[in-house]
Amino acid sequence: MKFALIGRPNCGKSTLFNQVAGYKAETGNFHGTTVTFLESKVRVAGEVVELVDLPGTYTLEASNPAELEVARYLTRRDVDVIINVADASHLSQSLELTLELLAVRRPLVVALNMMDEAARLGLRINGPGLEKILGVPVLPLVASKGRGVRSLFVTASQKAHCEPDYLRRFGIDLSDGLMRHRAAEKLAGEFVAQGERRLNWRDRLDDLLLHPFWGYAALLVILLGFFTVVYGVGRLIEPPLLTILDKLAIALVGPIGLKSFLGTVLNGTVQGITAGIAIVLPYLLPFLLGLGLLEDIGYLPRVAFLMDALMHRIGLHGKAIVPFILGYGCNVPAVMSTRTLEEPRDRWMAAALATLVPCAARLSVVFGLVAFYLGPLPALFLYLFNLFVIALTGRILTRLLPEDSPGLILEMPPYRVPTLKTVFGKAWFRIREFVIEAWPVLIAGSAVLAALNYFNVAGIFNLLVRPITWILGLPYATGLPLIFGILRKELSLVMLGQALGTMDFGAVMTHVQLFTFTVFVVFYVPCLATLMVLRRELGTKGMLWITGLTVVVALVAALAARGVATVVF
Amino acid sequence: MLREASMRLVDAKLGDVVRVVGFTGRKVKAKLLLVGLYPGDRLQVLREAPLGGPLLVAVGGRQMALGRGVAEKIMVEAG
Repeated sequence: MKFALIGRPNCGKSTLFNQVAGYKAETGNFHGTTVTFLESKVRVAGEVVELVDLPGTYTLEASNPAELEVARYLTRRDVDVIINVADASHLSQSLELTLELLAVRRPLVVALNMMDEAARLGLRINGPGLEKILGVPVLPLVASKGRGVRSLFVTASQKAHCEPDYLRRFGIDLSDGLMRHRAAEKLAGEFVAQGERRLNWRDRLDDLLLHPFWGYAALLVILLGFFTVVYGVGRLIEPPLLTILDKLAIALVGPIGLKSFLGTVLNGTVQGITAGIAIVLPYLLPFLLGLGLLEDIGYLPRVAFLMDALMHRIGLHGKAIVPFILGYGCNVPAVMSTRTLEEPRDRWMAAALATLVPCAARLSVVFGLVAFYLGPLPALFLYLFNLFVIALTGRILTRLLPEDSPGLILEMPPYRVPTLKTVFGKAWFRIREFVIEAWPVLIAGSAVLAALNYFNVAGIFNLLVRPITWILGLPYATGLPLIFGILRKELSLVMLGQALGTMDFGAVMTHVQLFTFTVFVVFYVPCLATLMVLRRELGTKGMLWITGLTVVVALVAALAARGVATVVF
Repeated sequence: MLREASMRLVDAKLGDVVRVVGFTGRKVKAKLLLVGLYPGDRLQVLREAPLGGPLLVAVGGRQMALGRGVAEKIMVEAG
């Protein structure tokens, strides 16, 4: 038996799926999180049922690829029962899709989800009346708390064996969007009574958070808090973690001997494994947990609202702010979050620009070179310069790829209290993606570089990168650290020490060189983990284009920095 | 085709309750119909983001953020 879940974006469909299938789908109080559909086998009343979670859709009249898939799926595949998840707190809008589904002529069950939210808003829904007029079972549901899930599935499996006997006409043409809109409005008017609304803090919160002045102040405070906590956790975890991993590596590789070929390659492999852990635990995990929290509360659409005007200046709209914020922590979740943008052009641009944002690893290079040798002011200047370059790149890209989407159209969901289960589940879901996709490549790349190093052919990288280092006026030996930086950005700093034979960079490089080198490191090719995620989200071609773009941007920016630095220092 | 009393949503004042009479951009129209905003719907302008930012409108019990570019292409009349 096969059940398909269908509903409008943000109706709690994925929450329901996760309740029955265990954590497999991404949910978010930000619509469009289910891009591809997920299937899972679940047991319902002794029977095994295949459950499909279709992407959220407003209508079957498809206009984008995801919606087209939904319409196709329903008409072609052998779906036994369609479970229409309707948002009880916005019944009128939800019923539009329900009316459209009646015309599909498949067994249909309507789940009125978010009954708790509806009750809070003082809405009393006449379920039996609705059931009678629609001619299909209508059941109450609170998916987030698992209430009503069982009876929903039992009813669905009973219905699977019945021929659909409904299809009332309502005296309207169900294939006409406007007709459905009006009919749904009428139904909602008839079967939903507005009782007393219990206003609470959630309804007043936007007075502050979307305020033309205080809203931005709050945004600043929230983001500062977010970064302080998340960086704080990362900083706390990273040093002891690296110490343990280094000791493990020595214990493992030591007996074989670091000088032998096997030892070198093994060491490289261990380094790759370490790099993965050093990205996941201190950066990815705290950031994804924090993101999940903000997302489930419903704050991200508010950020999109506040930042829309600014984002238009660089050719994107408000929703694209999320990748930028995340980019300061780690580019990997930043690129993942571009998925919520509908237009391919916007996804591409947001991903390209977000990879130019200096992540925590690049921060360590800025600190180790610029802040340490040149002082805090040049470091601050570097961050401002980075913002300027990103804005400029955005403007130039917009010239080449004109803004195509009409602008921001975004439903503003009510604030919700997140549950730890979904926040952790979601973080785990995204980390698993990273572990499966990017980690193996990281390990392999690290082993290969180690092997090349053993045969002393790594020096060839210095030669390969020489055109770049020459233009930028950098020492010949800085080529290799730049290549290593692609594996993990901090390696640029570590390997620079090895390549120059001293950790006192100030003694062997001039201030201009240090500044130019750092600017280049901040912009050029994102790290391997980010590249893998870029490939996943945008395809190999998209990844290569962005890689090329970052090299060009890095060269131009570093040249400009060299010019400025020569005058200033 | 549009009646004289109609204006662009972007020109409506904060707190105004207006009725949608039509859309002036094909792409905007397609997208708005898709998210369930139709001619005849009553909406109220709740908030405006500063510096040419989006409008927040209440329509049918839910809230939607509409960018300026979108709000310029929605024709409304006092409702």
